[in-house]
Amino acid sequence: MTEDLAVIRHLSKKFSPKSPPALQDINVVIPKGKIVGLAGPDGAGKTTLIRLMAGLLLPTDGSVTVAGFDTIKQPEEIHAIIGYMPQRFGLYEDLTVIQNLNLYADLRGVIGKERSDVFERLLNFTSLKTFVDRLAGRLSGGMKQKLGLACALIRKPSLLLLDEPSVGVDPISRRELWKMVHDLLADGISVLWSTAYLDEAEKCDSVILLNEGKLLYHGTPRELTQRMEGRSFLITNIAKNRRQVLSEALKEPNVMDGIIQGSSVRIVIKEVKTPPIALEKLDAGSEARIEPVPPRFEDAFVDILGGGPGGYSELAEKTPPIPYDEKPVIEADNLVRKFGSFVAVDHVSFKVKSGEIFGLLGPNGAGKSTTFRMMCGLLKPTAGSSFVSGMDLQVASSQARAQLGYMAQKFSLYGNLSVSQNLDFFSGIYSMEGKRRRQAIDEMIRIFSFTPYLDMSAESLPLGYKQRMALACSLMHKPHVLFLDEPTSGVDPITRREFWNHINGLVEKGVTIIVTTHFMDEAEYCDRIGLIYQSKLIEIGTPDELKKLAQTAENPSPTLEDAFIQLIEKHGRNNVPK
Amino acid sequence: MSRNKGSLRRVKAMIIKEFFQIIRDPSSILISLILPLILLFLYGYGVSLDADHIKLGLVLEDTSPEAQSFSESLTNSRYFDVTIKRDRRSFTDDITRGDIRGLVVIPSYFSSFRHRQDNTAPIQVIADGSEPNTANFVQNYVLGAWLIWLQQQSYTEKLEGLPLVQSEPRFWYNEELESRNFLIPGSLALIMTLIGTLLTALVVAREWERGTMEALMSTPVSIVELLIGKLVPYFILGLCSMTMSVIVARLIYGIPYRGHWITLLLVSGVFLVAALALGLLISTLAKNQFVAAQASMVTAFLPAFILSGFIFEITSMPQAIQYLTYLLPARYFVASLQTLFLVGDVREVILPNTLAMLFLGILLFMLTARFTVKRLD
Repeated sequence: MTEDLAVIRHLSKKFSPKSPPALQDINVVIPKGKIVGLAGPDGAGKTTLIRLMAGLLLPTDGSVTVAGFDTIKQPEEIHAIIGYMPQRFGLYEDLTVIQNLNLYADLRGVIGKERSDVFERLLNFTSLKTFVDRLAGRLSGGMKQKLGLACALIRKPSLLLLDEPSVGVDPISRRELWKMVHDLLADGISVLWSTAYLDEAEKCDSVILLNEGKLLYHGTPRELTQRMEGRSFLITNIAKNRRQVLSEALKEPNVMDGIIQGSSVRIVIKEVKTPPIALEKLDAGSEARIEPVPPRFEDAFVDILGGGPGGYSELAEKTPPIPYDEKPVIEADNLVRKFGSFVAVDHVSFKVKSGEIFGLLGPNGAGKSTTFRMMCGLLKPTAGSSFVSGMDLQVASSQARAQLGYMAQKFSLYGNLSVSQNLDFFSGIYSMEGKRRRQAIDEMIRIFSFTPYLDMSAESLPLGYKQRMALACSLMHKPHVLFLDEPTSGVDPITRREFWNHINGLVEKGVTIIVTTHFMDEAEYCDRIGLIYQSKLIEIGTPDELKKLAQTAENPSPTLEDAFIQLIEKHGRNNVPK
Repeated sequence: MSRNKGSLRRVKAMIIKEFFQIIRDPSSILISLILPLILLFLYGYGVSLDADHIKLGLVLEDTSPEAQSFSESLTNSRYFDVTIKRDRRSFTDDITRGDIRGLVVIPSYFSSFRHRQDNTAPIQVIADGSEPNTANFVQNYVLGAWLIWLQQQSYTEKLEGLPLVQSEPRFWYNEELESRNFLIPGSLALIMTLIGTLLTALVVAREWERGTMEALMSTPVSIVELLIGKLVPYFILGLCSMTMSVIVARLIYGIPYRGHWITLLLVSGVFLVAALALGLLISTLAKNQFVAAQASMVTAFLPAFILSGFIFEITSMPQAIQYLTYLLPARYFVASLQTLFLVGDVREVILPNTLAMLFLGILLFMLTARFTVKRLD
């Protein structure tokens, strides 16, 4: 029986009377000396909950107490005992590492001998010792993350609040941070770790799962995954097309959810029975085998949300088939882009075949989006060239550009135009007219079920619908080549599956797709992946080829993340961005 | 006890942090050192409210010695750049294009005035009414030149009708009527507003945008400590910028200064407090840089520019607007600065103006302290 450090009772938060509540009747506890994962898609209420716990927001209803102090009446006492690392780490980028540390040490009253001891310990702990005089803005993402943590730890807190500390950071730094935070638990510090990666939540002592402001689950991750025991399977040795196998499998009545995992297909069934499904119906070839695999946290999340969206894509159905082209559709030839003295993209070359999904995988700031923008002709390369369908987009006509669709990472619609106005506008800029235009718009409205949202302004849409809108607008003119820059970052697992249904369906029709992501499991959907790390493309291969590189006796079935880490280490990890 | 001791250290840490940021941030340097120089340059050389070198067209239809002598009195005036032609029609296009601002016609019957009954010589003055201010200048200066010429004519020719009264104007305090002598002191108020309000509002808004404010608020630092930590560095920066600007004004533009230096320092200090308080107030209400910049432009910079009496005379504004100007610290600062530079330590002007600024400053501070809470909503 452990003592509870923080107790949250009937907590609700509304930001304005009209809007739906950001949090609704949350009841959770954070035990002493434990790490609690706070999981959920963007907009679920994770940051709001953390800010309420830090006494930075007032609850609309209910209460939060930390170590017996009430956040409404005693915020000062709470500020004295918490360490808080906001998103983007709360660092002064124009101060050096040591100046940042000095500031927070002064503010928290850590002085004299105590300060030098703490600094010594924290700098060792974070391996930042050789970088004390470097500006925080010049650190890599992983190093910023560690410095942010060090600043939050200057006076040993009772409760450490970390708001998405690992999102978009390279996998080595992610693992190091995880280990560092785990070491703190032994000192009796309680940790609340918010994350969009469900595999991370799975490793916590207990987990709070939020969706749209509601508490879906609170307890140990084990308890939740146990519910799914015996329901997860992997279909391997697929002879033909794994995407078709997945789409067939999702038609089976007993299949609740399914995803592609490299060259295999992973499914979750509704009821436990043997055999789980009739394999022969899937047209997976005579060699295909189905074997049980341990359940994952995400399986349970999808289960709570009522199962996956199925495997049918009307969007793909309506897309006319595109003939296969012998020549590579997308080609990057030694692309270089410098911003001042900083090399954002360093001699990146790759080719994408017709009808292929190619993924660029890498942490934030590695150069994925910059590469993308050069290929779409939005940014001029410092050196090198790129071709899409044989054209250099730096000089190609707008007619040639109409061949491709581009979905930007940031919300790129007109926020104060309504959904239907946005659809009208985007069909207009691709010079669609008359009946064809009307048809395309109606199709998108039906496929993405926009009907109830037509008169809403685009910026007030829920996140999942914003992403759907952005995809719809990039697809209305039926492009042959599709550029998707982090299309599913932050959305819930159901919406993500729906997106991949469309992407998979479009590829089957011959559309060539290039996609960036920092989600490892999303990269599994791709035919081939390019790993980007510190501006360089360090490896290209199919997901299975890459995983094989990391295979060892101790780790017979490595994940893509294991492979990435292995490759970064092989590539030589100079931690210092130039 | 221990809390109070910590308080001093926290304030010191905030101030040191802010100084490092100012040094490393190009936009602070730009606003506090480069922009003042640009403004001083503009008001020193660029903007002039004097009517020098107005482009004037002169139509000489008469070539008699009298007409020649009047035309010389115009061409010799420093107020006019004169182009002479014989035919008035050839000027129509010039005046339409705005190449000349006015047209003086000396008609062919000009020199025959002696033979006229009333003994007057008619000339025609056409001014470009699309710029009323310049048009007025043209009308008045030509009239002035005309009267002087008439006078001289009457001396030389002993004509009848010598004017009985003559005025000999003298201008006190700004003897040469140099507009830069009052524009530059006034522009110091603009510079202080930029640093005190705009820069301060921007740097606080930036802390909100970058999420550092959130991190600060979760530490034991109090609101008062936070405010002082912002106030002190920008107060010092403002005074440095003021000193630099005054030196430049004196040495490069040769603006006279007739007050005491200590008075200038005190008056500027009091104004800065009010400007900073407004900047902090804006930044507690506007948490992103764009809104903060807009709000400081509308509530501080534009009023300091238009309503402070720096360029436009307050007494010639509509009554309602005149009342509005009483709410602006810049109004009192401009009045004090112009007095200090051109007249000297006039207690009757400086003291009430300073007190008014002090009162507004305290009021703004009370508002800021009331609106700032250590919370995000």
